[in-house]
Amino acid sequence: MMEIKQTAMAGTLESSDIQITLTPIAGATEIHLDSSVGKQFGEQIKQVITETLASYKVEHVRVDAVDRGALDCTIQARTQTVIQRGLDQVDQVNWEVL
Amino acid sequence: MEKLRRTMMFVPGNNPGMVRDAGIYDADAIMFDLEDAVSLGEKDAARLLVYQALKQVDYGNTEMVVRVNALDSAYGRNDIFAMVKAGVDVIRLPKTESAQDVIDVEAVIVEAEEKFGVPVGTTKMMAAIEGAAGTLNALAIAQSSQRLIGIALGAEDYVTNMKTRRYPDGQELFFARSMILHAARATGIAAFDTVYSDVENEAGFRAEVELIHQLGFDGKSIINPRQIKIVNDVYAPSQKEISHAIDVLAAIREAEEKGSGVISLNGKMIDKPIVERAERVMLLAEAAGLIGKELK
Repeated sequence: MMEIKQTAMAGTLESSDIQITLTPIAGATEIHLDSSVGKQFGEQIKQVITETLASYKVEHVRVDAVDRGALDCTIQARTQTVIQRGLDQVDQVNWEVL
Repeated sequence: MEKLRRTMMFVPGNNPGMVRDAGIYDADAIMFDLEDAVSLGEKDAARLLVYQALKQVDYGNTEMVVRVNALDSAYGRNDIFAMVKAGVDVIRLPKTESAQDVIDVEAVIVEAEEKFGVPVGTTKMMAAIEGAAGTLNALAIAQSSQRLIGIALGAEDYVTNMKTRRYPDGQELFFARSMILHAARATGIAAFDTVYSDVENEAGFRAEVELIHQLGFDGKSIINPRQIKIVNDVYAPSQKEISHAIDVLAAIREAEEKGSGVISLNGKMIDKPIVERAERVMLLAEAAGLIGKELK
């Protein structure tokens, strides 16, 4: 398991982006999503985030995501960015996970 | 066959909307920028965004280029590794001063290709000349790697280095443009002109495109989709040029069929440079939608 060391944020509130905040918590991972397309795509967005967290073996985090119509590739990129920031590994890209 | 590179559209690497839509404007090449267009605190985010977009978004046949950060920054090496892994077509170096700059980046590309199982040599390169030293070394830079597909002028840094600024007539860039063109032509690679930043000034932009077209550049770096049509218009051959090219190519075919050595058209001898120009006219005419494929 990889431990998120600090609260981290990635992405913006601009159209087509998604802003994701990671906070370490004691309990199981929670995902809180705010999206204008949440009704149609909420589950899919959460799934992309969940799979990306799993690929880094990250657990025990609270995820706050504000979606502005991001594509899957953007959701994946922003989740990867926030994880690397939370792990304090911004300059050590995890090539195996990518 | 020669690849058309009339337009290379610059797209900021950390803007998901622009990265997503970059493919819909029919630029000949798209350049995602991880360097000047991305703030220092967002370099990691832009790298991952461009990486995922290259892997997941369908950009069709558009040539995909990424401008990476300099190798002596904290980001350059990771940028190159990520882009090679994503399968980018071309890595564009930032400011290139010497052949050694190209050789150094190529060494990292080779390392990345080997690490990720990409056949060595797949990833192409482009150099950007942005100062006096690079301009004077243009030929050595153009000769420095088999991977180079072209060299480009970056005028903003260049004019600052030259203690001048940009003027509407572009005289301050004449020497650099000429050096880059000659280096490109001597080595058989493409020459790209610099960006024109004043998007609102369409007349000024058109005048600059006409100038670089006249000089012989393959194309222009652009910063807004609105500039694409203007470049394509300027590069589109006239009906007279197309008719002449069709006649030249027909005369060549006829001479080949007859086994004739000397070829003439309306009393004028047709030699290799005329045939090459005719072929390029037909390529540009087809790209501009002025002729169908069957005429080529």
